[in-house]
This record gives sequence, structure tokens and C-alpha cells, in this order.
Amino acid sequence: MKVLVTVKRVVDYNVKVRAKADGSDVDLNNVKMAINPFCEIAVEEAVRLKEAGTATEVVVVSVGAKQCQEQIRTALALGADRGIHVETEGAVEPLVVAKLLKGVVEKEEPRLVILGKQSIDGDNNQTGQMLGALTNMPQGTFASEVAIDGDKVNVTREVDAGMQTISLNLPAIVTSDLRLNEPRYASLPNIMKAKKKPLDVFSPADLGVEVTSHITQLSVAPPAERQAGIIVESVEQLVDKLKNEAKVIS
Amino acid sequence: MSLSFDSARLPNPDLTEEHHAWRDQLRRFIDREIMPNVDEWDEQGFLPDELWGKAAEFGLLGVGYPEQYGGTEVGIDLHHVNIVSEEISRTSLGGLPSTLLSHGIGLPPVLAFGSEELKSELVPPILAGEKRISLAITEPSGGSDVANMQTTAVRDGDHYIVNGSKTFISGGMGADWATTGVRTGGKGGAGISVLVIPMDLEGVSRTPLDKKQGWWCSDTATLYFDNVRVPVGNLLAEEGHGFLVIANNFNNERLAMSVMMEANARVCLEDAVNWARDRKTFGKRLADHQVIRHKIVEMKQRITTCQTYIQYCTRQMAAGTAEFGDIAMLKIQCSQTVEFCAREAMQILGGIGYMRGNRVERIYREVRVNAIGGGSEEIMRDLASRAFGL
Repeated sequence: MKVLVTVKRVVDYNVKVRAKADGSDVDLNNVKMAINPFCEIAVEEAVRLKEAGTATEVVVVSVGAKQCQEQIRTALALGADRGIHVETEGAVEPLVVAKLLKGVVEKEEPRLVILGKQSIDGDNNQTGQMLGALTNMPQGTFASEVAIDGDKVNVTREVDAGMQTISLNLPAIVTSDLRLNEPRYASLPNIMKAKKKPLDVFSPADLGVEVTSHITQLSVAPPAERQAGIIVESVEQLVDKLKNEAKVIS
Repeated sequence: MSLSFDSARLPNPDLTEEHHAWRDQLRRFIDREIMPNVDEWDEQGFLPDELWGKAAEFGLLGVGYPEQYGGTEVGIDLHHVNIVSEEISRTSLGGLPSTLLSHGIGLPPVLAFGSEELKSELVPPILAGEKRISLAITEPSGGSDVANMQTTAVRDGDHYIVNGSKTFISGGMGADWATTGVRTGGKGGAGISVLVIPMDLEGVSRTPLDKKQGWWCSDTATLYFDNVRVPVGNLLAEEGHGFLVIANNFNNERLAMSVMMEANARVCLEDAVNWARDRKTFGKRLADHQVIRHKIVEMKQRITTCQTYIQYCTRQMAAGTAEFGDIAMLKIQCSQTVEFCAREAMQILGGIGYMRGNRVERIYREVRVNAIGGGSEEIMRDLASRAFGL
């Protein structure tokens, strides 16, 4: 079984981002970049499927500028077999990414596609669902457990009401939630071996996709600074403030 | 310009994508396996045994060692090693590299000068984290004065009979072997040889040196040899070539220590700056007081100087053209910088810095071990002045 897994290059989660002075975007100048954490969980799941003998090949794909080959190499060091880079310029919105991934899916014909549920930069949470719609494949989003069962995959989903387990016919789309697994770190020998693994580069045109834009980002501003609190004198005063100032109880 | 550990590092044009990938993964390993335990390990006075296996599996113990013995050598250069020194030092746990990575000084002499049989026996289990090796040169009667070593090894058939003692041996309590300087000949440097002594031989005993200013998690030891019979096959190079065997790795050790000290200084900068931005005194942030701002600038200025010198020396080392004197001066530059930065960061942290359980307090306690160990500042100056041919 071939597994396709996606990785996105985003600002490292440890970095405290700042808005550009003109408010046009987040300032990415000299900022440490990394694999989106949810994508890393997706890679880990795919590699575990391979280690368990369920998957035969893990192909990692990333859409973005040339630098995202670094993230593909990291995924290869974590255990993926080969990489595909779809090279784009500037920002690409989820629908375009989903269309490009559809092109890759048609080329590769994987039995399972695993994506992160969302990326920590845009927080859109759309690409996996859009890819499901475009490819007409069933989708199991927010997965906290993935179990292959013959021609089906059972996906346990973290939903508001609790845990929901669904059974999807393969080929299928899965998006990973935080608790699906704990990703490993790549060992030094594996980092060195990853250099030699194949990495193919495609343009959107190669996949028959025109990069369009439907969304314009108007401004980016930091969250308002939290105001200092006060210490109330008594329970009565607290209740009074909750009722009359905050108006959260009546 | 920002002052965090990462942003206060000068760009290095020699680093490639693979170096960055190694740093990323190494940091993850450290943040998961080491960082959360730093205070506990230091207070308990030892490192857990399972750390060796984890570090070996991750590839940390084999950086730069031949593949045939289980290391990772192809594509590895001095920058990978520097990244290890730097990232390990980000934890502030100075006793960790001196113990977990004690093979970094104990093993290179074996690889460079040992017989194939000896290498096959020692290197694989050490790189696999199953066995450990230390370097034993310093004696109760003196450290830097190698030519006056007192421990003797007298040939008796297929063995040497060793008598004497070694002290301040990092990793000494847990070591399975000690790469040991001994006197096989007459007085002076020409009488020195190096023997790899198995620590389970009859006549070997050791006592812990566990009351130290710093490096608490390091199992430093004094070793005693009482008529210990060591096979002649454990001799490195030839009799009387001991000084060469020992000195061969000096530059590597001093560069590694310099990188560690610079990284420690940068930790002091990072923690001091974070505190100065947070802490309010006299109605404004510490960082708004000119006296504090100047301290921070002076720390950064000295750290940056270390970084440029480290980059220069690393390039020279990689090209095989490094001068002893340069590496010696680099070590002084870095020990003086960490001493200054630890002091100034402690002043900025104030009372809270004096409490145990923070990185600056630990680095402050470990300034001296770096300024003395691996060649004291005074010995380094002497070396450098000799290189000038004054």
C-alpha cells in the first residue's frame, strides 16, 4: 500500500512571531522554519504504517517555494521513501494546494493520503477536506487513531461530543489531530541517508493547475495586550462585577 | 537584532541544509530527553544509564566516527561536532557533555593510534552506548605538566605493570576503560606512553570526587593503579610517543570547550535579557535602565567576538592549518567571555538568579572548570606566547 503524506513549511512553533511594521503580513525575515507540527504527526503515522508492514512506500509531498525542500528532506530523514516538491511562488491558498495535491494523487495513486488537520500559520483547516471533495475520496478528519482493516481504514476522530470512529473505503483521506502519535526525531545516520533519497520537482503547470487567488489578506495585527487585573475585596463585589460590568451572569 | 539563543548567533556561511537539519533534530532530542531533567540530574549527582543507549540510537555518540564501528562519518564535518557542543550547552548542564561525551577525549587516541584488534574491541560498544571510556592524564601531583607524570608502567613479558594514580577524571566512575598516560621510560616527555587500561583489572580502584563546585551530574573520579597488569596490545602508538598521542586531540578538545563556553555565555545573555524585559524596578523595566542596557550590549559584543573567532578557528582546523596558539587564545577568549557574561547575567537576575534551578546560576558555578580544565588560561597564554616565537 502506497501512502502519500503532505508537509508544509511554516514558522517553527517555538518562534514568537511579529507582524511587519506596515501590517501587511507576519514578518518571516530570518525566522526559523520547520515542518508544521500536524504534518509531522502525519509523517510519523505514515512511517509507522510502513514499519508495521502495512504500507510499502511512503511518498512525501510539499507545495511551496524552493526552501520547502528542507522540510521534505526532514520527512525523508524521519522515514519517508521519496519526495515530491510542487514549486510555487508566493502565498498559495488552500484550494490551490488541494488542486495541486489532487494532481499528485492522480500521478501517484496512493491508497491512503495523510495530511495535518491544519497548519499553525494560516489555521485554515481546509486543505484535507477540499482534497477529499476534489478527488471524491472519503475523508476522516481530526484523527486520533488510524487502523487499516483490509480495504478499509478505521479512523477515530476527536469531535466536540467525544470520540467518533468511522470506517472509510480505501483509497481515503485522513487528517491528523494532535494526539494521533508523538513524532520521533530523525537520527544523524538517517539525516545523512535522506540526502540520497529521490526528490522530484513539479510545477503547477505540470499538474495542469493554474495558480489563482480568491483571497486577499488585508492586514495582520498582533493581539491586543492583556490588561492588568484587579483584586476584588469580597465575593459580593465579584458577583456585582460579573453581573453589571462583565455581564456574564444575570 | 534580537538577543535570543538563536538570533544572537552570527550567520555562518559554511553551514549547509544538512547542518541545520542536524541542529533541528538534535534540539528536539535534547528538549525531549535532556532539558526537562537537567535540574534533577544535577541535584542527584549522576546521569541515568539509559541516556547512553538513547544517545547512541539517535546517533549522538557516533558523530564523526568511522561507519565500520557504528559511527556516522560520511558527510560529517567539524560543524556537526560544533553543533553538538553548542546545543548540548544550551541546557547549561556542563556535567553532561563531560560525562556522556567523555569518549570525545578518551576514544580519538585509540582510533588514531590503537591496533585494529583494540579498535574492534572498544569502539563498537562505546558508540553503541554499552561501554564507556575516559581520558586519564592528570595526577594528584599535577595536570598540565604532562612531562612530569609519575604513574609508571614497567614491561613484564606480554604485560605492563602499572602503578600510580589519576585524578579529576571525567566519567571516571562509570568508565570501562581509561586511556591513561604512563611513564614507561626515563624522565621528561620522551618517557611518556599511553595505555588503554580496562577498569575491571585486578588492582584498579577508584573513588568518586562528588563534592564539586559544578558539574554535579558528572561522575568525576580518582583512579588508583596498584600493580595492574595491562596487556602490551593496549599500548597506543609506540613506547615514548605518549606526548604525541595525548597532544594530537588537544585542539579538538579546546575547540569543543570554546564552542560550549560561547553557547553558555549566550544562554546567560538570553536569560538575562528575558528577565530584564519582564522585571520592573523603580517604575520601569530593568531593560529601560541604562546601566542594565550597557551590560547587555557588552555581553553581546564579547559573545559576537567569540563567534567570529570560533568560525575562523573552525575553518583553520577543517583545512588542517590551525595554529596551536590560535586555539589557545580562542579558549581564553571564550572562558573570559563566559566568566563575564555569567557575572553580568547574575547581576541582572539579582536574587532570583542566586537560587538553584536556573541556567545562569549553574553556568556561574561552572565558569572555573572551563577556565582551568582542558588547559588553564595561564597554560594557554604560555602556549600562545611560544607560538609567537618571542
